[in-house]
This record gives sequence, structure tokens and C-alpha cells, in this order.
Amino acid sequence: MSIKKNLALSDTGFVFNPSTGDSYSVNPIGLEILRMLKENKKDEDIKKHLLATYQADFETIEKDYYDFVKGLEQLKLTENNG
Amino acid sequence: MKRQQYERPLIQRINSGIMNKFGTKTEYAPVTHIDDFSVKELIKQYGSPVFVISEKTMRDTYKEANRAFKTRYPKVQFAWSYKTNYINAVCNVFHQEGSWAEVVSGFEYKKALQNGMPGNKIIFNGPDKTDEDLISAINNNSPIHIDHLDELYRLTELADEMKKKPNVAIRVNMDTGIYPMWDRFGFNYENGQAWDAINKIILGDKLELVGLHTHIGTFMLSPSAYAIAANKLADLALGVKKKFGRTIQYIDMGGGFASKNTLKGSYLPGSDTSPDFNQFAEAICTALLNAGFVEKDLPLLVLETGRAMIDDAGYLLGSVIANKRLSDGRRATIMDFGVNILFTAFWYSHKISPAQDFSTYTEDTVLYGPLCMNIDVVRDQITLPPLKKDDHVVVHTVGAYNMTQWMQFISMRPAVVMLGLDGKSHLIRKRETIENIEANEVMPEYLLKFKI
Ligand SMILES: Cc1ncc(COP(=O)(O)O)c(C=O)c1O
Repeated sequence: MSIKKNLALSDTGFVFNPSTGDSYSVNPIGLEILRMLKENKKDEDIKKHLLATYQADFETIEKDYYDFVKGLEQLKLTENNG
Repeated sequence: MKRQQYERPLIQRINSGIMNKFGTKTEYAPVTHIDDFSVKELIKQYGSPVFVISEKTMRDTYKEANRAFKTRYPKVQFAWSYKTNYINAVCNVFHQEGSWAEVVSGFEYKKALQNGMPGNKIIFNGPDKTDEDLISAINNNSPIHIDHLDELYRLTELADEMKKKPNVAIRVNMDTGIYPMWDRFGFNYENGQAWDAINKIILGDKLELVGLHTHIGTFMLSPSAYAIAANKLADLALGVKKKFGRTIQYIDMGGGFASKNTLKGSYLPGSDTSPDFNQFAEAICTALLNAGFVEKDLPLLVLETGRAMIDDAGYLLGSVIANKRLSDGRRATIMDFGVNILFTAFWYSHKISPAQDFSTYTEDTVLYGPLCMNIDVVRDQITLPPLKKDDHVVVHTVGAYNMTQWMQFISMRPAVVMLGLDGKSHLIRKRETIENIEANEVMPEYLLKFKI
């Protein structure tokens, strides 16, 4: 899973897609995930990191991570989706 | 290192230039308490979902309505519209405040009697009154509001048989500039039916014409329509005075004032657009005071205000069953309450608040009910913080019509709790059980035993 390399991420949770001109807002954990995806971190490593950082069990993180990534695909912010 | 508070990751497109219909800050500000009662504790005690009614809001609203009219007109009487919410505890709060009862069926009539209302304070409306209902209303001296000529003739026969002179009013329908015009109930003003019915009653001399009634529609946003209606009823009353020298005792303007709910498709929330009691009172009272009555003949003004009186006091507390993503990427959240108990979701975009604290991040979602039915949509678009399974929400302004029009469909109807002025919560209607539902079923003997 990888996201578009040209996505601009701001520290305040503002995301800009220069190819379409669309902007998005993300919450802090969403921003953290986007950053890690941009650095080409593997899904499994990202989930492990989240588990270590946040008060949530593995099932919750697994479920929400999957949902978030599906959302990125839907918004056409991933590489393989053009 | 201590692990941080978790929140589901969210991403949401920013739609610049398009006004966000539902994204107002107050919409998703958490509501953890209602009248100092914790939402979480209420759900723990009474289950989820649960309807909650604030006694304080009921009484405050009643007083506000009463004040709006009494400061503008000398004789005012409210009559609680039973169909709006006929849980007995609710009726009795309004009766205690001074409301009469307004009923539209034998069932509601019996309820009002059982709640201790004297017969002469129960207004009997509606097109469907059986002989048994009429006889009971005649014996109790209840004002009977005649809906059609068949009823007028039947009442006349009964009065003859019973050797009594029932107190009656006629329901009048009319053009008040509001579309659609509710002309299916009562006698029409413009084409002269109403005046004919009045003449039949007075000349027949079997029935005592004590009042004139109208109910011009529901969720009315236009006070001026009430001014027109009040003028037309006053015109009939003055016509009776002139022709027969008789005084009409009361003019009943019905119900219909809009509550603070937001109609579907409306851009602004109802709290910003619905007129308040003062505006309706100003329109009605000014019209009556200026109609030309001499002071001693000023009729009593009766109001059958339903939804505007109770809507604000009612809440539905519920919980999240699950989250999912739809095929087009939209977020969907499944709640444990659906349109079977929240009937008004068909008309209103109900305000729904999370019942626990969140960060400031939100997402757009569709809110579905739990029914395995496609129609079960509570809100087709709402902006909420990231809710997770078992989180609670508060649905606002649900006091009117839900607890009477709800359906026992697929699951049981929930409990109803009153948040008392005594600081305690009171169960006023128990959660239904399978025993309640099956109590009325009967199994034919031959279907009892079979082999599978
Ligand atoms: C005769 C009559 N009176 C009063 C009401 C209460 O109306 P609302 O809830 O709109 O105030 C109704 C409701 O339809 C009604 O039919």
C-alpha cells in the first residue's frame, strides 16, 4: 500500500493533492499514518507502531487501519489507483 | 512510555465553496447530561435505546406558551392533544399545569377520563366517534366537535333518545393561504357549509352550540395564517350573535405551531426558523381582539398545541452497533434505534449529538437504524466525531408523535423515562417484552402440535 508521492501534508492536518486541486483534513493519527505511508513503511509495521503508541487493542487498530486505507483508495489518494 | 488516547484515523475532503448544511459546531458538541442526569447512567439503568422526557422542559414550555397568550388575551385555555404523546405521566404533567384534554378517539377519551379529567374538560375531536363514544361524551358533558353532517344527524338522534342537549362545536376548514389546505376535516368556511351547519344546529334546537373549532395544519411556520383563521371563526361567531342573539363561548384554534425541529431539505435549523409562541399569540390574539366582539362576549380562546409543547422535552438515547463503509466510500454508522421507533425521522433532520467527549475532528456519515429494511435511515447525511461501537448518542426534539406513532416492528419498543423535577428519573413506560406482544395472539388448536 502506498500513497501518491506528491501529496502535501501540513503539520496541522491539512492534505493537498496537487494533481486534482482537492484538499482534505485529517486528524493527528490519520496524519501520522499518511506520513508513514509516504515513507513507504509497511502496513504491518505501521499497525505495530500504532499499537505501541495508542491505548487500543490490536483488533480495533486492524479494523480502523483497514477502513482508513480503504478511504484513501476511495478518495484516489493511493498510487495503484492512479 | 504511557500510551496515548486513541481516536480512529479520519480523512475527509474539504468542500470549499459549498455550504455545509449540517456542519454547525453545536451539532456535534457532545451532550453528556440532560437536566443534570448522565446519559451514560440512564442507558446503564434503563437500557439502550431509551426515550427520555424532561419534566422541567415540559413545564417551562407550557408556562412560556401560556404566558405568551395570557399576556395578550384575557381568557385562554390549553387542551393537551393526546395523540401527540399520550403516555399518562406526560398527560398528567400538562393537566397539572392546567391543560384540558383534546382527544380524537374513544381510546384517547377513556385515557383522559382515567387520568381524572372531568368530562367537561375533554374536547372530543375527530371524524370517527362511535355511538358508544358519543353517548359517553354526552353523559359526561364533554364538548363534541362535529366533523361531518352524518355525525350532526346521529348526534341529534342520540340527543332526542337520551333527552339531553349535548354541548357541541363544529370543526371549520378554510383557506388561510396555506397549501395544502386541510379541507377533509369539518365544514368549509368559504363555500358556506360551516354557516349552514351552524344554522342547522341552532334552528334544530337539539344541540347546544358552544364553540367553533379549526385546526389549519401541522408544523405551521406562518403566524399570519392563524390571524386569517381567527378572523374567519370570529366572523362566524359574530354572525351567530347578529342572527340569533347568542354568544359563542369559545373559539378553538387547534394546534399546528411548528416546533424547533428541522424539516428535511431545509437549509437552516428549525431553532432559527420556527416562529416562537409570542409570534403565534400576537397574530391570533390581535385578530380576536379586533374582530368586533363586545368585551363581555369575547370568546374563551382554546389552543390544542401538540408538537410545539412537547417536542423539545423529548430525547432518544441510543448506541452505535457498527461502522462500515459504503460502496461509494461514504461512511455509514448503524445505530440501535431506527425509524420504527423514531417515526419523525421521515420528516425531520433530527439533531443528533455524541454523548461523550471527542477531539475536534469530524466526518460525514449516513446514520442507519438496526432494521433489516432499506427504509431504515435515521439521517442521510450528518457530521459527527468518529463514533465507535457502543458509543452513545442523544437524538434531540423527539417528544412529539414518536411515542404514539412508533411501531412494534422487528424489535420491541424501548422504555420511556421521565427526568423528574424531584431530581430522580422515573420509568413511565416499561420496555416491551415478547410476553406483551404475544399476549394478544391466539393459536388455533390444530396448529399446536406438528412434526418437523
Ligand atoms: C384537531 C387537532 N388538534 C390538535 C392537534 C395537534 O397538532 P400539533 O401537534 O401540530 O400542534 C392535531 C394534530 O394533528 C389535531 O388534529
